[in-house]
Amino acid sequence: MGVSRREFLKLSGSTVLLGSLGIDLDPAKAYAQGLRIKGATETHTICPYCSVGCGILVQTKDGKVVNTEGDPEHPINEGTLCSKGASLYQVVNNPLRLTKPKYRAPGAAEFKEVEWDWALDEIAKRVKDTRDRTFKVTSKAKVKEKAADGSEKVVEKDFVVNRTDGIAHVGSAALDNEECYLLQKMLRSWGLVYIEHQARI
Amino acid sequence: MTNRTNKRKAILVTPEVCIGCRGCQTACKAWNQLPGMKTKNTGTMQNPPDLEPVDYNMIRYSEVPSETNPVRWLFVSRRCMHCDDAGCMRICPAPGALFRTKEGAVAFDKDKCIGCKLCVAGCPFDVPRYDKDGKIAKCHLCYDRLAEGMQPACTKTCPTGALRFGDRDQLIAQAKQAGYGKIYGEADLGGLGTIFAFKDAPKLYGYADKPNIPESVIFWHNVLKPLAVIGLGGALAGALLHYVAIGPHKDDDEEVKKS
Amino acid sequence: MTNHWIDIRNADVILVMGSNPAENHPISMKWVKEAREKRGAKLIVVDPRFTRTAAKADVYAAMRSGTDISFLGGMIKYILENNLYFKEYVTEYTNAPFLVNPDFKTAGDLNGLFSGYDQKTRKYDTKTWSFQLGENGLPKKDHTLRNPHCVFQLLKKQYARYTLNEVSDITGTPKEKLVEVYKLYASTGRRDKVGTELYAMGWTQHTIGTQNIRAMCIIQLLLGNIGMAGGGINALRGESNVQGSTDQGLLFNILPGYLPVPTASVTELKTYIEKFTPRTKDPKSVNWWSNRGKYITSYLKAIYGAKARKENDFGYAWLPKLDEGQNGSWLVLFDQMFKGKFEGFFAWGQNPACSGANAGKVRKSLAKLKWMVNVNLFDNETGSFWKGPGMDPKDVQTEVFLLPAASSVEKEGSISNSGRWAQWRYKAIDPMGQSKPDSEIMNELYFRVKSLYLRQGGKSPEPVVNLTWNYGEKDSTGKVKEVNIHNVAKEINGYYLEDVYDKTATPPKLLGKKGELCASFVPLQADGTTSCGCWIYSQSYTQKEGKVVNMMARRGKNDPTGLGLYPEWSWAWPVNRRIIYNRASVDPHGRPWDPSRPVIKWDPVKPDPVTKKPGVWVGDVPDGPAPPMATDNGKYPFIMMAAGVGAIFGPGMVDGPFPEHYEALECPLEANLISKQRINPTIKLFGDKADAYFSCDVRYPFVASTYRVSEHWQTGVLTRHLPWQLEMQPQMFLELSEELAREKSINDGDKVIVSSGRGELWAVAVVTNRLKPFKIGGSTVHQVGMPWHFGWQYPEDGSGGESANLLTPTVGDANTMIPETKAFMVNVRKA
Repeated sequence: MGVSRREFLKLSGSTVLLGSLGIDLDPAKAYAQGLRIKGATETHTICPYCSVGCGILVQTKDGKVVNTEGDPEHPINEGTLCSKGASLYQVVNNPLRLTKPKYRAPGAAEFKEVEWDWALDEIAKRVKDTRDRTFKVTSKAKVKEKAADGSEKVVEKDFVVNRTDGIAHVGSAALDNEECYLLQKMLRSWGLVYIEHQARI
Repeated sequence: MTNRTNKRKAILVTPEVCIGCRGCQTACKAWNQLPGMKTKNTGTMQNPPDLEPVDYNMIRYSEVPSETNPVRWLFVSRRCMHCDDAGCMRICPAPGALFRTKEGAVAFDKDKCIGCKLCVAGCPFDVPRYDKDGKIAKCHLCYDRLAEGMQPACTKTCPTGALRFGDRDQLIAQAKQAGYGKIYGEADLGGLGTIFAFKDAPKLYGYADKPNIPESVIFWHNVLKPLAVIGLGGALAGALLHYVAIGPHKDDDEEVKKS
Repeated sequence: MTNHWIDIRNADVILVMGSNPAENHPISMKWVKEAREKRGAKLIVVDPRFTRTAAKADVYAAMRSGTDISFLGGMIKYILENNLYFKEYVTEYTNAPFLVNPDFKTAGDLNGLFSGYDQKTRKYDTKTWSFQLGENGLPKKDHTLRNPHCVFQLLKKQYARYTLNEVSDITGTPKEKLVEVYKLYASTGRRDKVGTELYAMGWTQHTIGTQNIRAMCIIQLLLGNIGMAGGGINALRGESNVQGSTDQGLLFNILPGYLPVPTASVTELKTYIEKFTPRTKDPKSVNWWSNRGKYITSYLKAIYGAKARKENDFGYAWLPKLDEGQNGSWLVLFDQMFKGKFEGFFAWGQNPACSGANAGKVRKSLAKLKWMVNVNLFDNETGSFWKGPGMDPKDVQTEVFLLPAASSVEKEGSISNSGRWAQWRYKAIDPMGQSKPDSEIMNELYFRVKSLYLRQGGKSPEPVVNLTWNYGEKDSTGKVKEVNIHNVAKEINGYYLEDVYDKTATPPKLLGKKGELCASFVPLQADGTTSCGCWIYSQSYTQKEGKVVNMMARRGKNDPTGLGLYPEWSWAWPVNRRIIYNRASVDPHGRPWDPSRPVIKWDPVKPDPVTKKPGVWVGDVPDGPAPPMATDNGKYPFIMMAAGVGAIFGPGMVDGPFPEHYEALECPLEANLISKQRINPTIKLFGDKADAYFSCDVRYPFVASTYRVSEHWQTGVLTRHLPWQLEMQPQMFLELSEELAREKSINDGDKVIVSSGRGELWAVAVVTNRLKPFKIGGSTVHQVGMPWHFGWQYPEDGSGGESANLLTPTVGDANTMIPETKAFMVNVRKA
């Protein structure tokens, strides 16, 4: 929103007039915001975007991120960052972030906000339900077998496979190593084999 | 002209090593808490198209002919030049609204800015912009960071050293040593605070060969401004003198759109 | 990366081909600049488009998308013909002298096919892709490289057809440019010159993707650039932890640490180990994968704990097995989903509705699910697919759970960059709103599913209830209250479960005490006395002099070699080695090829700190402690290869032991100009109408590529929601040449419609001289390009545009199944 010329003149005519006559030339005076990082806590992180692995300093005050910038100690980026790295501040101070679980029922036109407990219970029920109905303990497979005379022939046999082909998973190269490890551990315990992520695309 | 050369700091822009990543654009917005604005793709990477009240610096992308390649793609930083002989400061009727930092930059105090926009007319580089409150908005060489011993947000973030901050004399010497014969801004307008190591003529990079302060500004500065500050309120004088010296303001609507 | 980011500064020639680091890995350009300024290094950029990286190049060569093998094949020929290869390196450290089965035929002999192709199955019988074995069971070699069956001679034969005329005709690159690039890059064949190659999705996203990389590996081996500081073959990975997520086995075909996922017929652990352990009779080969049994057993111990016992085969049966030949890769996964084969689906930190090739098919597939869980920081086109374009929510029966995840600074853990550095990130603030760290969401889901099985029973509950989950204090119900991520990191590193001894020593030497963290993967055992979640990460969170140390959190800045290895900064897998295959950086006596940048060198006098015997490597962590190859007990440099040497001849590929040029599935040419075989003969062709492809079709006459820009990331789920980034790149655009724009009466900034056989979308025209038409086999071929960062869901006013993946085809690389999104055919018209 701009200020119209008339309002603007009115404003400056009445209030700024005094200012313009006063002599205050203190050059050290920082404008409105001041140095907001003063006294902030610094935390080291690594940029979440590309794979260069640049170090970023996260400056926080009262549980809020007040600034992020390149970590000058980091040997790869030495304090520098590209535009994405420099935008980390806006990832954590962003009103568009999801802050509550949401659920969309079959055929529904909108999401509705739900409680975590409910969402997690419902997902667990679906995992079990689908797994139980689609779980294959064994599967037939054709394999080559050697007969006693040394000749090879193809035979079809039942093999233990302990898997479900009813659930698939994709993601994620944006997770931490420990999370990726936990995730594959959990998914495989459920019997999933359709597990993929960004590395394939 | 004031004698600040010993302590004077500057930003040296070297387009040859700029990769156009625009870390500088975002770092500036992040530090100065400037919001993003709605833009359109107009057929170029360049966005916003020019400096804005919420963009104190920007990269200009231009494709110029090349002998060896399909094109030569230039990435050139644009921002306040922090002129030593600053047209904006000459013409500004509001004392303290624009001030010289001890590092030699032209900074501003929004509380004292009266929004007369005379500085726009005074600037040979079309740099000053006005925010939604009608106050000046432009690069101030992160003087708040400098005061704390930090370097400007843009130069700190620049991955390749296309933007470098330092002692002006030293930067000039280094650039010359690196083979850049003439440094743009070394002597122009008393010496600029944003200096450029250009391989070719400044025009190629979108800069005038000989930047000048408009004659009318010099007239205002030397003759009318002292009278006005004494006799009239700055804003009123500004508005009046704008008519006399520069001509009518642009349409209000146009300005609203811009902010 | 075989090397790492800072190491780019040690290069003399930097070849950027298949990547665009100035835009997608901008900080790498800091080190490119350093190499140029400090060493006078030259930067070569080969790309269909004059990119921001190309703008900095010493030499730029335009090349039609999808013709890299042709371009590189020409370079191989140039190197061989002009004797520019590094002879000693090639004869000692590669399989160039190995004699191949006399029945093997190159693609030059068989007009585009290698010996053993079966038209019906579209597969090769690789019987002839083998080495001649001597009486000792080792491959026969000819170190003079003259035997007509040796790899070196076959290589010459294979690329004899890649003449400058031929290559120029295929690639559209002028001959003089080819020579300029070849000459400059081949200058690194000297021992005192090193060249590096930086690639990314520009090479992988082709039906010949793996072979693009293979072609460059051959060049790097010929020039002796692998293992060297400033050398290597360096994949610039696309995401902050795509290296780590792959290392941790989040793919259908690999468990953590690149252990293969078992198939049905591999019924027992013993069979698994037999099947997947490579063998060699060569005493000079380390053959590191001979340790496979230790790693899989330790993995089973990590995930099943005390429940994994010798008597139950360490729980091996509980691991899900693929059917023989079952492929669960991305394109197949969504094809199965499209056919309604899945009930449930997790899209966890990923937005397939925009990132998947042929995204229109992906979106339709999602509608066939019963339920879907979408975990993300922002709403996105996947979670909200049911209200997307062309969808009527009423008709979509899929239930969707959209779960808010915490951002990277709202939790703690490690990520691994392209240089394999695992770096620790700390928590700076609490998660926003009710969002949770991903590990907490996993904790909750795991516990709740397990509880259901414990309470209600169900189908085969053992794998679920027997899983270890010791990640912190438990509440009264048995749930871990909060995941202590350090416990997970320790599980990945591994523990000694008993006192573990080196039994080859007399008397047996204690390697580690029960309960302590493993020192590295070296002491891991195959008998269940050690656990390790991911063997290549062993040593990342370890015990030093009794103290537990998170190696990934280290911030030491020592750089004893002066090469920028920073061995005390974070930790690199494996065992903190910063340059892989570094034993190839020295001659067979352990002396650096280039003494001015020694990665490692053998000091024959200095005593080994462990054995106390004279002789030790100094510098980077060597690829194994064995002495240099030419000495007693010396070993070959390529320890992960069974033969111990670099593979110029690569029989492990499904589409040929040498790279051969094939056209993209969708291409502008009726015929391949170099052979009768137009497309890669072994790619999987999907048959649905939704998968239709169109070659040489007047409806889709222009070659297209998708790519990224520096201001956005992937599908833009993060960056489109950041006003700062969106301001710089607000809308979907199409880059096209001035020539094509004139032909189509399109002006800069016009809205255009881009269409392919799969879909269409609008884009803003960016008319530029940075793209030029190619002259291919005498005719003009236009190439266009566009980013894939946009999607309908945000900005909400639709001003951003749609995902470029609505246009891309359902076809993947023959070896990896990575979709071919870098070369496909489109049409363009003014909107």
